[in-house]
Amino acid sequence: MRLNGSLEEKGAIMAQYLLLIYGDEGSASRAGDEAMGKLMADHDRFGETNGACLRGGNALEASSTATTLRKGPSGEVAATDGPFAETKEAIGGYYVIEASDLDAALAIAKQVPAPFGGVEVRPIRDMS
Amino acid sequence: MANAHRHEWAFVLAATVRITRDFDVAEECVQDAFAKALATWSEQGVPASPGAWLTTVARRRAIDLARRRDVAERSKRFLITDVAGDVSPEVGSVEDDRLRLIFTCCHPSLATDGQVALALRMLCGLSTAEVAKAFLVKESAMAARLTRAKKKIAIARIPYRVPRGEELRARTDAVLVVIHLLFTTGHTSPVGELLTQVDLVERSLDLARMLAGLLPDDAETSGLLALILLTDARRGARVGHRGEFLALAEQDRSQWHRASIDEGLHLVGQSIRRGRPGRFTLMAAIAAVHASAEHWDETDWAEIVGLYDLLLKAWPSPVVALNRAVAVSFASGPLAGLNALNELSAEPQLSAYPYMAAARGDCYFRLGRLDQARDAFEEAAILTENGVERAYLLSRVDELTLK
Repeated sequence: MRLNGSLEEKGAIMAQYLLLIYGDEGSASRAGDEAMGKLMADHDRFGETNGACLRGGNALEASSTATTLRKGPSGEVAATDGPFAETKEAIGGYYVIEASDLDAALAIAKQVPAPFGGVEVRPIRDMS
Repeated sequence: MANAHRHEWAFVLAATVRITRDFDVAEECVQDAFAKALATWSEQGVPASPGAWLTTVARRRAIDLARRRDVAERSKRFLITDVAGDVSPEVGSVEDDRLRLIFTCCHPSLATDGQVALALRMLCGLSTAEVAKAFLVKESAMAARLTRAKKKIAIARIPYRVPRGEELRARTDAVLVVIHLLFTTGHTSPVGELLTQVDLVERSLDLARMLAGLLPDDAETSGLLALILLTDARRGARVGHRGEFLALAEQDRSQWHRASIDEGLHLVGQSIRRGRPGRFTLMAAIAAVHASAEHWDETDWAEIVGLYDLLLKAWPSPVVALNRAVAVSFASGPLAGLNALNELSAEPQLSAYPYMAAARGDCYFRLGRLDQARDAFEEAAILTENGVERAYLLSRVDELTLK
Protein backbone atom coordinates (compact mmCIF):
# COMPACT_ATOMS: atom_id res chain seq x y z
CA MET A 1 0.00 0.00 0.00
CA ARG A 2 2.78 2.44 0.89
CA LEU A 3 3.52 3.03 -2.75
CA ASN A 4 4.74 6.48 -1.92
CA GLY A 5 7.27 5.33 0.65
CA SER A 6 8.73 2.59 -1.48
CA LEU A 7 9.31 4.96 -4.39
CA GLU A 8 10.94 7.55 -2.21
CA GLU A 9 13.35 4.89 -1.01
CA LYS A 10 14.33 4.32 -4.62
CA GLY A 11 15.10 8.01 -4.91
CA ALA A 12 12.31 8.90 -7.35
CA ILE A 13 11.53 12.60 -7.55
CA MET A 14 7.93 13.18 -6.51
CA ALA A 15 5.51 15.57 -8.19
CA GLN A 16 2.25 17.07 -6.98
CA TYR A 17 -1.08 16.85 -8.77
CA LEU A 18 -4.36 18.64 -8.15
CA LEU A 19 -7.41 16.39 -8.41
CA LEU A 20 -10.44 18.55 -9.25
CA ILE A 21 -13.73 16.83 -8.53
CA TYR A 22 -16.43 17.92 -10.96
CA GLY A 23 -20.10 17.08 -10.56
CA ASP A 24 -23.64 17.99 -11.57
CA GLU A 25 -24.86 20.07 -8.63
CA GLY A 26 -28.52 19.42 -9.50
CA SER A 27 -28.08 15.65 -9.19
CA ALA A 28 -26.09 16.13 -5.98
CA SER A 29 -28.81 18.26 -4.37
CA ARG A 30 -31.50 15.78 -5.36
CA ALA A 31 -29.59 12.84 -3.88
CA GLY A 32 -30.99 11.88 -0.48
CA ASP A 33 -29.33 11.98 2.93
CA GLU A 34 -28.47 8.33 2.65
CA ALA A 35 -26.57 8.81 -0.63
CA MET A 36 -24.71 11.81 0.79
CA GLY A 37 -23.83 9.85 3.91
CA LYS A 38 -22.38 7.09 1.77
CA LEU A 39 -20.41 9.65 -0.27
CA MET A 40 -18.87 11.06 2.93
CA ALA A 41 -17.95 7.56 4.06
CA ASP A 42 -16.39 6.86 0.65
CA HIS A 43 -14.24 9.98 0.95
CA ASP A 44 -13.18 8.93 4.46
CA ARG A 45 -12.17 5.56 3.08
CA PHE A 46 -10.28 7.22 0.20
CA GLY A 47 -8.40 9.34 2.75
CA GLU A 48 -7.50 6.32 4.87
CA THR A 49 -6.29 4.29 1.87
CA ASN A 50 -4.25 7.08 0.31
CA GLY A 51 -3.21 9.03 3.40
CA ALA A 52 0.50 8.70 2.60
CA CYS A 53 0.09 10.52 -0.73
CA LEU A 54 -2.42 13.19 0.36
CA ARG A 55 -1.14 16.74 0.75
CA GLY A 56 -4.50 18.44 1.18
CA GLY A 57 -8.10 18.53 0.08
CA ASN A 58 -11.51 20.00 0.82
CA ALA A 59 -15.15 19.87 -0.16
CA LEU A 60 -16.53 23.16 -1.53
CA GLU A 61 -19.90 24.84 -1.01
CA ALA A 62 -22.22 25.07 -4.03
CA SER A 63 -21.10 27.24 -6.97
CA SER A 64 -24.14 29.47 -6.35
CA THR A 65 -22.28 30.77 -3.28
CA ALA A 66 -19.23 31.79 -5.37
CA THR A 67 -18.21 35.36 -6.18
CA THR A 68 -16.12 36.10 -9.26
CA LEU A 69 -13.82 39.07 -9.71
CA ARG A 70 -13.06 40.31 -13.20
CA LYS A 71 -11.12 43.28 -14.44
CA GLY A 72 -13.32 45.67 -16.43
CA PRO A 73 -12.29 47.61 -19.56
CA SER A 74 -10.94 50.58 -17.57
CA GLY A 75 -8.98 48.40 -15.19
CA GLU A 76 -11.40 48.46 -12.27
CA VAL A 77 -12.20 45.13 -10.60
CA ALA A 78 -15.88 44.20 -10.58
CA ALA A 79 -17.43 41.49 -8.42
CA THR A 80 -20.20 39.33 -9.88
CA ASP A 81 -22.36 36.59 -8.43
CA GLY A 82 -21.53 33.01 -9.38
CA PRO A 83 -18.58 30.89 -10.54
CA PHE A 84 -16.03 32.01 -13.18
CA ALA A 85 -17.56 29.74 -15.82
CA GLU A 86 -21.19 28.66 -15.71
CA THR A 87 -21.17 24.96 -16.55
CA LYS A 88 -23.50 22.08 -15.85
CA GLU A 89 -20.73 20.38 -13.89
CA ALA A 90 -19.03 22.50 -11.25
CA ILE A 91 -16.01 21.91 -9.02
CA GLY A 92 -17.30 20.40 -5.78
CA GLY A 93 -14.01 19.63 -4.10
CA TYR A 94 -10.33 18.86 -4.59
CA TYR A 95 -7.38 16.87 -3.35
CA VAL A 96 -3.68 17.66 -3.62
CA ILE A 97 -1.65 14.47 -3.96
CA GLU A 98 1.97 13.54 -4.37
CA ALA A 99 2.90 10.88 -6.92
CA SER A 100 5.99 9.69 -8.75
CA ASP A 101 4.43 10.02 -12.21
CA LEU A 102 1.14 10.42 -14.07
CA ASP A 103 0.28 6.71 -13.94
CA ALA A 104 0.63 6.71 -10.15
CA ALA A 105 -1.47 9.89 -9.95
CA LEU A 106 -4.17 8.41 -12.19
CA ALA A 107 -4.24 5.25 -10.07
CA ILE A 108 -5.04 7.40 -7.02
CA ALA A 109 -7.47 9.67 -8.90
CA LYS A 110 -9.45 6.63 -10.05
CA GLN A 111 -10.30 5.93 -6.41
CA VAL A 112 -11.72 9.42 -5.76
CA PRO A 113 -15.50 9.16 -5.25
CA ALA A 114 -17.14 11.31 -7.94
CA PRO A 115 -20.66 9.93 -8.40
CA PHE A 116 -22.04 13.11 -10.04
CA GLY A 117 -19.31 13.70 -12.59
CA GLY A 118 -15.59 13.02 -12.91
CA VAL A 119 -12.10 13.98 -11.82
CA GLU A 120 -9.60 16.21 -13.64
CA VAL A 121 -5.93 15.54 -12.91
CA ARG A 122 -3.67 18.59 -13.24
CA PRO A 123 0.08 18.64 -12.64
CA ILE A 124 1.06 21.34 -10.14
CA ARG A 125 3.94 23.43 -11.47
CA ASP A 126 7.20 22.88 -9.63
CA MET A 127 8.37 26.37 -8.61
CA SER A 128 11.34 25.20 -6.57
CA MET B 1 21.17 4.64 -45.66
CA ALA B 2 17.43 5.23 -46.12
CA ASN B 3 16.95 1.59 -45.24
CA ALA B 4 18.98 1.94 -42.05
CA HIS B 5 16.99 5.05 -41.18
CA ARG B 6 13.68 3.25 -41.47
CA HIS B 7 14.67 0.10 -39.68
CA GLU B 8 16.93 1.42 -36.96
CA TRP B 9 15.28 4.69 -35.97
CA ALA B 10 13.02 3.27 -33.25
CA PHE B 11 15.78 1.08 -31.79
CA VAL B 12 18.26 3.93 -31.63
CA LEU B 13 15.76 6.46 -30.31
CA ALA B 14 14.41 4.08 -27.66
CA ALA B 15 17.91 3.33 -26.39
CA THR B 16 18.78 7.02 -26.37
CA VAL B 17 15.66 8.23 -24.54
CA ARG B 18 16.76 5.99 -21.67
CA ILE B 19 19.69 8.35 -21.18
CA THR B 20 18.25 11.74 -22.08
CA ARG B 21 14.83 10.99 -20.60
CA ASP B 22 13.60 13.80 -22.80
CA PHE B 23 12.14 13.16 -26.25
CA ASP B 24 13.39 16.39 -27.83
CA VAL B 25 17.00 15.90 -26.74
CA ALA B 26 16.91 12.21 -27.75
CA GLU B 27 15.65 13.15 -31.22
CA GLU B 28 18.53 15.62 -31.60
CA CYS B 29 21.11 13.00 -30.60
CA VAL B 30 19.66 10.42 -32.99
CA GLN B 31 19.59 12.93 -35.85
CA ASP B 32 23.23 13.78 -35.10
CA ALA B 33 24.12 10.08 -35.20
CA PHE B 34 22.44 9.60 -38.58
CA ALA B 35 24.22 12.71 -39.94
CA LYS B 36 27.53 11.33 -38.71
CA ALA B 37 26.73 7.96 -40.29
CA LEU B 38 26.11 9.62 -43.63
CA ALA B 39 29.60 11.11 -43.60
CA THR B 40 31.44 8.14 -42.07
CA TRP B 41 29.75 5.32 -43.96
CA SER B 42 30.26 6.91 -47.37
CA GLU B 43 34.03 6.82 -46.68
CA GLN B 44 34.44 3.64 -44.68
CA GLY B 45 31.47 1.60 -45.85
CA VAL B 46 28.39 0.50 -43.90
CA PRO B 47 29.35 -1.26 -40.66
CA ALA B 48 28.37 -4.88 -40.04
CA SER B 49 25.77 -3.82 -37.50
CA PRO B 50 24.45 -0.35 -38.47
CA GLY B 51 22.01 -0.28 -35.56
CA ALA B 52 24.66 -0.92 -32.94
CA TRP B 53 26.91 1.70 -34.54
CA LEU B 54 24.14 4.32 -34.54
CA THR B 55 23.04 3.48 -31.00
CA THR B 56 26.57 3.81 -29.67
CA VAL B 57 27.09 7.18 -31.36
CA ALA B 58 23.67 8.56 -30.30
CA ARG B 59 24.05 7.39 -26.71
CA ARG B 60 27.60 8.74 -26.47
CA ARG B 61 26.29 12.12 -27.59
CA ALA B 62 23.43 11.89 -25.06
CA ILE B 63 25.79 11.05 -22.19
CA ASP B 64 27.97 13.95 -23.26
CA LEU B 65 25.02 16.34 -23.20
CA ALA B 66 23.77 14.98 -19.89
CA ARG B 67 27.16 15.59 -18.26
CA ARG B 68 27.36 19.11 -19.58
CA ARG B 69 23.91 20.08 -18.42
CA ASP B 70 23.14 21.54 -15.05
CA VAL B 71 21.99 18.61 -12.94
CA ALA B 72 19.31 20.57 -11.09
CA GLU B 73 17.79 21.87 -14.32
CA ARG B 74 17.86 18.42 -15.83
CA SER B 75 16.09 16.78 -12.92
CA LYS B 76 12.98 18.83 -13.58
CA ARG B 77 12.58 17.56 -17.11
CA PHE B 78 13.33 13.90 -16.43
CA LEU B 79 11.17 11.31 -17.99
CA ILE B 80 10.22 8.90 -15.27
CA THR B 81 11.85 5.51 -15.69
CA ASP B 82 12.34 2.49 -13.51
CA VAL B 83 16.09 2.78 -13.82
CA ALA B 84 16.84 6.20 -12.38
CA GLY B 85 20.38 7.35 -13.03
CA ASP B 86 21.31 4.58 -15.44
CA VAL B 87 23.56 5.94 -18.16
CA SER B 88 25.50 2.80 -18.97
CA PRO B 89 24.99 1.97 -22.65
CA GLU B 90 25.09 -1.76 -21.99
CA VAL B 91 22.29 -2.10 -19.44
CA GLY B 92 18.74 -3.09 -20.39
CA SER B 93 17.60 -4.93 -23.47
CA VAL B 94 16.72 -3.15 -26.68
CA GLU B 95 13.29 -4.84 -26.65
CA ASP B 96 12.45 -3.28 -23.29
CA ASP B 97 13.46 0.14 -24.58
CA ARG B 98 11.27 -0.07 -27.65
CA LEU B 99 8.30 -1.33 -25.66
CA ARG B 100 8.70 1.61 -23.29
CA LEU B 101 8.74 3.96 -26.26
CA ILE B 102 5.58 2.44 -27.76
CA PHE B 103 3.62 2.59 -24.53
CA THR B 104 4.72 6.16 -23.83
CA CYS B 105 3.77 7.39 -27.33
CA CYS B 106 0.36 5.70 -27.06
CA HIS B 107 -0.46 6.76 -23.50
CA PRO B 108 -4.24 7.21 -23.14
CA SER B 109 -3.80 10.65 -21.58
CA LEU B 110 -2.50 11.92 -24.95
CA ALA B 111 -5.04 12.89 -27.63
CA THR B 112 -5.41 10.22 -30.32
CA ASP B 113 -4.05 12.50 -33.05
CA GLY B 114 -1.05 13.18 -30.82
CA GLN B 115 -0.50 9.45 -30.23
CA VAL B 116 -0.59 8.74 -33.96
CA ALA B 117 1.77 11.62 -34.75
CA LEU B 118 4.23 10.58 -32.02
CA ALA B 119 4.15 6.97 -33.19
CA LEU B 120 5.08 8.00 -36.74
CA ARG B 121 7.74 10.46 -35.62
CA MET B 122 9.29 8.54 -32.73
CA LEU B 123 8.73 4.90 -33.72
CA CYS B 124 8.92 5.10 -37.51
CA GLY B 125 11.31 8.02 -37.83
CA LEU B 126 9.15 9.99 -40.26
CA SER B 127 10.01 13.68 -40.41
CA THR B 128 7.44 16.19 -39.19
CA ALA B 129 6.80 17.18 -42.84
CA GLU B 130 6.17 13.55 -43.80
CA VAL B 131 3.76 12.99 -40.89
CA ALA B 132 1.94 16.20 -41.84
CA LYS B 133 1.62 15.01 -45.45
CA ALA B 134 0.23 11.62 -44.43
CA PHE B 135 -2.61 13.29 -42.53
CA LEU B 136 -3.03 16.23 -44.93
CA VAL B 137 -2.40 18.91 -42.36
CA LYS B 138 0.03 21.80 -42.57
CA GLU B 139 3.55 21.13 -41.35
CA SER B 140 3.25 23.94 -38.79
CA ALA B 141 0.05 22.38 -37.41
CA MET B 142 1.71 18.97 -37.17
CA ALA B 143 4.78 20.49 -35.49
CA ALA B 144 2.48 22.12 -32.93
CA ARG B 145 0.66 18.83 -32.34
CA LEU B 146 3.95 16.99 -31.75
CA THR B 147 5.26 19.72 -29.46
CA ARG B 148 2.06 19.68 -27.41
CA ALA B 149 2.28 15.89 -26.97
CA LYS B 150 5.97 15.92 -26.04
CA LYS B 151 5.40 18.78 -23.62
CA LYS B 152 2.61 16.90 -21.91
CA ILE B 153 4.80 13.81 -21.55
CA ALA B 154 7.45 15.91 -19.80
CA ILE B 155 5.22 18.17 -17.67
CA ALA B 156 2.48 15.75 -16.61
CA ARG B 157 5.20 13.09 -16.17
CA ILE B 158 3.87 10.38 -18.40
CA PRO B 159 6.19 7.55 -17.42
CA TYR B 160 8.65 5.92 -19.82
CA ARG B 161 7.63 2.48 -18.69
CA VAL B 162 5.81 -0.66 -19.76
CA PRO B 163 2.63 -1.00 -17.68
CA ARG B 164 2.33 -4.14 -15.59
CA GLY B 165 -0.38 -6.57 -14.61
CA GLU B 166 -3.96 -5.87 -15.57
CA GLU B 167 -3.06 -2.38 -16.79
CA LEU B 168 -0.94 -3.94 -19.57
CA ARG B 169 -3.94 -5.49 -21.38
CA ALA B 170 -5.92 -2.23 -21.51
CA ARG B 171 -2.89 -0.22 -22.55
CA THR B 172 -1.92 -2.74 -25.25
CA ASP B 173 -5.39 -2.24 -26.76
CA ALA B 174 -4.72 1.50 -27.01
CA VAL B 175 -1.47 0.78 -28.88
CA LEU B 176 -3.23 -1.63 -31.25
CA VAL B 177 -5.90 0.98 -31.99
CA VAL B 178 -3.21 3.50 -33.00
CA ILE B 179 -1.47 0.99 -35.29
CA HIS B 180 -4.82 -0.04 -36.81
CA LEU B 181 -5.74 3.60 -37.43
CA LEU B 182 -2.43 4.09 -39.24
CA PHE B 183 -3.16 1.05 -41.37
CA THR B 184 -6.73 1.97 -42.31
CA THR B 185 -5.67 5.53 -43.16
CA GLY B 186 -3.01 4.09 -45.47
CA HIS B 187 -5.06 1.22 -46.92
CA THR B 188 -7.81 3.47 -48.26
CA SER B 189 -6.70 7.04 -48.10
CA PRO B 190 -9.63 9.11 -46.72
CA VAL B 191 -8.94 11.86 -49.28
CA GLY B 192 -6.81 12.38 -52.35
CA GLU B 193 -6.27 10.79 -55.73
CA LEU B 194 -4.38 7.66 -54.67
CA LEU B 195 -6.26 4.67 -53.26
CA THR B 196 -3.43 3.61 -50.96
CA GLN B 197 -0.71 5.46 -49.07
CA VAL B 198 1.88 2.69 -49.28
CA ASP B 199 4.20 4.35 -46.81
CA LEU B 200 1.59 4.41 -44.01
CA VAL B 201 0.62 0.81 -44.72
CA GLU B 202 4.23 -0.32 -44.49
CA ARG B 203 4.89 1.66 -41.30
CA SER B 204 1.83 0.14 -39.64
CA LEU B 205 3.01 -3.31 -40.72
CA ASP B 206 6.46 -2.58 -39.25
CA LEU B 207 4.90 -1.46 -35.97
CA ALA B 208 2.53 -4.42 -35.74
CA ARG B 209 5.45 -6.75 -36.44
CA MET B 210 7.58 -5.01 -33.85
CA LEU B 211 4.85 -5.25 -31.21
CA ALA B 212 4.09 -8.89 -32.05
CA GLY B 213 7.77 -9.67 -31.65
CA LEU B 214 7.82 -7.94 -28.29
CA LEU B 215 4.54 -9.44 -26.99
CA PRO B 216 4.53 -12.89 -28.65
CA ASP B 217 1.90 -14.30 -26.29
CA ASP B 218 -0.68 -11.57 -26.85
CA ALA B 219 -3.47 -12.94 -29.07
CA GLU B 220 -4.83 -9.55 -30.14
CA THR B 221 -1.37 -8.30 -31.14
CA SER B 222 -0.88 -11.34 -33.40
CA GLY B 223 -4.48 -10.80 -34.55
CA LEU B 224 -3.74 -7.24 -35.67
CA LEU B 225 -0.57 -8.33 -37.49
CA ALA B 226 -2.59 -11.06 -39.23
CA LEU B 227 -5.33 -8.55 -40.16
CA ILE B 228 -2.81 -6.17 -41.73
CA LEU B 229 -1.02 -8.96 -43.61
CA LEU B 230 -4.23 -10.52 -44.97
CA THR B 231 -5.78 -7.20 -46.00
CA ASP B 232 -2.62 -5.75 -47.47
CA ALA B 233 -1.99 -8.97 -49.42
CA ARG B 234 -4.68 -7.72 -51.85
CA ARG B 235 -2.90 -4.41 -52.48
CA GLY B 236 -1.61 -5.28 -55.99
CA ALA B 237 -5.04 -6.52 -57.09
CA ARG B 238 -7.16 -3.61 -55.83
CA VAL B 239 -6.33 -1.29 -58.71
CA GLY B 240 -6.59 -2.23 -62.41
CA HIS B 241 -4.31 -1.34 -65.32
CA ARG B 242 -5.86 2.08 -65.80
CA GLY B 243 -5.67 2.91 -62.10
CA GLU B 244 -9.32 2.03 -61.61
CA PHE B 245 -10.67 0.57 -58.36
CA LEU B 246 -11.46 -3.15 -58.39
CA ALA B 247 -13.96 -4.46 -55.84
CA LEU B 248 -13.24 -7.71 -54.00
CA ALA B 249 -15.50 -9.60 -56.43
CA GLU B 250 -13.54 -8.36 -59.46
CA GLN B 251 -9.99 -8.85 -58.20
CA ASP B 252 -7.60 -11.31 -59.85
CA ARG B 253 -6.82 -13.40 -56.79
CA SER B 254 -3.65 -14.84 -58.33
CA GLN B 255 -2.27 -11.31 -57.82
CA TRP B 256 -2.73 -11.53 -54.06
CA HIS B 257 0.54 -11.71 -52.17
CA ARG B 258 0.85 -15.38 -51.24
CA ALA B 259 3.57 -15.10 -48.57
CA SER B 260 1.57 -12.46 -46.64
CA ILE B 261 -1.55 -14.63 -46.81
CA ASP B 262 0.30 -17.71 -45.55
CA GLU B 263 1.83 -15.78 -42.66
CA GLY B 264 -1.52 -14.13 -41.85
CA LEU B 265 -3.41 -17.43 -41.89
CA HIS B 266 -0.82 -19.01 -39.60
CA LEU B 267 -1.04 -16.11 -37.13
CA VAL B 268 -4.84 -15.92 -37.08
CA GLY B 269 -5.01 -19.66 -36.41
CA GLN B 270 -2.68 -19.20 -33.46
CA SER B 271 -4.71 -16.28 -32.06
CA ILE B 272 -8.04 -18.10 -32.33
CA ARG B 273 -6.69 -21.17 -30.56
CA ARG B 274 -5.91 -18.98 -27.56
CA GLY B 275 -9.66 -18.67 -26.98
CA ARG B 276 -12.19 -15.82 -26.66
CA PRO B 277 -11.04 -13.92 -29.74
CA GLY B 278 -11.04 -10.12 -29.52
CA ARG B 279 -11.79 -7.45 -32.09
CA PHE B 280 -8.61 -7.65 -34.16
CA THR B 281 -8.48 -11.45 -34.17
CA LEU B 282 -12.10 -11.57 -35.40
CA MET B 283 -11.46 -9.02 -38.15
CA ALA B 284 -8.39 -11.06 -39.16
CA ALA B 285 -10.52 -14.22 -39.18
CA ILE B 286 -12.97 -12.54 -41.59
CA ALA B 287 -10.06 -11.49 -43.84
CA ALA B 288 -8.81 -15.10 -43.60
CA VAL B 289 -12.12 -16.46 -44.95
CA HIS B 290 -11.76 -14.17 -48.00
CA ALA B 291 -8.09 -15.13 -48.39
CA SER B 292 -8.98 -18.84 -48.31
CA ALA B 293 -11.50 -18.61 -51.17
CA GLU B 294 -9.84 -19.11 -54.55
CA HIS B 295 -12.71 -17.36 -56.30
CA TRP B 296 -15.33 -14.85 -55.17
CA ASP B 297 -18.03 -17.50 -55.81
CA GLU B 298 -16.41 -19.83 -53.29
CA THR B 299 -16.57 -17.34 -50.41
CA ASP B 300 -18.10 -18.89 -47.27
CA TRP B 301 -20.56 -16.07 -46.49
CA ALA B 302 -22.35 -17.94 -43.69
CA GLU B 303 -19.03 -18.22 -41.87
CA ILE B 304 -18.37 -14.51 -42.43
CA VAL B 305 -21.82 -13.52 -41.08
CA GLY B 306 -21.17 -15.69 -38.00
CA LEU B 307 -17.82 -13.96 -37.43
CA TYR B 308 -19.46 -10.52 -37.81
CA ASP B 309 -22.02 -11.54 -35.15
CA LEU B 310 -19.14 -12.29 -32.77
CA LEU B 311 -17.37 -9.08 -33.78
CA LEU B 312 -20.48 -7.00 -33.06
CA LYS B 313 -20.50 -8.42 -29.54
CA ALA B 314 -16.77 -7.77 -29.01
CA TRP B 315 -16.90 -4.34 -30.63
CA PRO B 316 -20.38 -2.85 -31.12
CA SER B 317 -20.02 -0.26 -33.87
CA PRO B 318 -22.32 0.95 -36.68
CA VAL B 319 -19.54 0.37 -39.24
CA VAL B 320 -19.24 -3.29 -38.16
CA ALA B 321 -23.04 -3.62 -38.39
CA LEU B 322 -22.88 -2.20 -41.93
CA ASN B 323 -20.24 -4.72 -42.97
CA ARG B 324 -22.33 -7.48 -41.44
CA ALA B 325 -25.36 -6.36 -43.48
CA VAL B 326 -23.28 -6.57 -46.66
CA ALA B 327 -22.22 -10.11 -45.74
CA VAL B 328 -25.90 -10.96 -45.10
CA SER B 329 -26.73 -9.76 -48.63
CA PHE B 330 -24.37 -12.41 -50.01
CA ALA B 331 -25.28 -15.16 -47.54
CA SER B 332 -29.09 -14.74 -47.68
CA GLY B 333 -29.70 -12.61 -50.77
CA PRO B 334 -29.97 -8.89 -51.59
CA LEU B 335 -33.43 -8.45 -50.03
CA ALA B 336 -32.22 -9.73 -46.64
CA GLY B 337 -29.18 -7.46 -47.04
CA LEU B 338 -31.34 -4.44 -47.84
CA ASN B 339 -33.49 -5.11 -44.77
CA ALA B 340 -30.39 -5.34 -42.58
CA LEU B 341 -29.11 -2.06 -44.10
CA ASN B 342 -32.44 -0.31 -43.56
CA GLU B 343 -32.31 -1.21 -39.88
CA LEU B 344 -29.16 0.92 -39.70
CA SER B 345 -30.60 3.95 -41.51
CA ALA B 346 -31.06 5.87 -38.25
CA GLU B 347 -27.38 5.55 -37.25
CA PRO B 348 -25.98 9.12 -37.26
CA GLN B 349 -22.42 7.81 -37.84
CA LEU B 350 -23.54 6.21 -41.12
CA SER B 351 -25.65 9.06 -42.52
CA ALA B 352 -22.74 10.55 -44.49
CA TYR B 353 -20.76 7.33 -44.84
CA PRO B 354 -20.19 6.56 -48.54
CA TYR B 355 -20.05 2.77 -48.02
CA MET B 356 -23.63 2.79 -46.66
CA ALA B 357 -25.01 4.30 -49.88
CA ALA B 358 -22.74 2.06 -52.01
CA ALA B 359 -23.95 -1.06 -50.17
CA ARG B 360 -27.60 -0.05 -50.71
CA GLY B 361 -26.86 0.59 -54.37
CA ASP B 362 -25.38 -2.87 -54.78
CA CYS B 363 -28.42 -4.55 -53.18
CA TYR B 364 -30.83 -2.55 -55.41
CA PHE B 365 -28.73 -3.47 -58.45
CA ARG B 366 -28.90 -7.17 -57.66
CA LEU B 367 -32.66 -6.87 -57.09
CA GLY B 368 -33.03 -5.30 -60.55
CA ARG B 369 -34.25 -1.99 -59.05
CA LEU B 370 -31.90 -0.07 -61.31
CA ASP B 371 -33.18 3.49 -60.82
CA GLN B 372 -32.76 3.20 -57.05
CA ALA B 373 -29.35 1.59 -57.58
CA ARG B 374 -28.19 4.51 -59.74
CA ASP B 375 -29.38 7.08 -57.18
CA ALA B 376 -27.60 5.25 -54.35
CA PHE B 377 -24.29 4.98 -56.29
CA GLU B 378 -24.56 8.67 -57.14
CA GLU B 379 -25.04 9.51 -53.46
CA ALA B 380 -21.98 7.40 -52.54
CA ALA B 381 -19.89 9.12 -55.25
CA ILE B 382 -20.79 12.52 -53.79
CA LEU B 383 -19.92 11.40 -50.25
CA THR B 384 -16.50 9.78 -50.87
CA GLU B 385 -13.45 12.03 -50.86
CA ASN B 386 -11.14 9.43 -52.41
CA GLY B 387 -10.68 10.02 -56.14
CA VAL B 388 -10.21 6.35 -57.12
CA GLU B 389 -13.34 5.28 -55.24
CA ARG B 390 -15.32 8.16 -56.75
CA ALA B 391 -14.31 7.16 -60.29
CA TYR B 392 -15.46 3.58 -59.61
CA LEU B 393 -18.84 4.69 -58.23
CA LEU B 394 -19.42 7.10 -61.13
CA SER B 395 -18.66 4.30 -63.61
CA ARG B 396 -21.47 2.29 -62.02
CA VAL B 397 -23.80 5.32 -62.28
CA ASP B 398 -22.91 5.67 -66.00
CA GLU B 399 -23.47 1.97 -66.61
CA LEU B 400 -26.98 2.23 -65.13
CA THR B 401 -27.83 5.45 -66.94
CA LEU B 402 -27.21 3.73 -70.29
CA LYS B 403 -29.55 0.85 -69.47
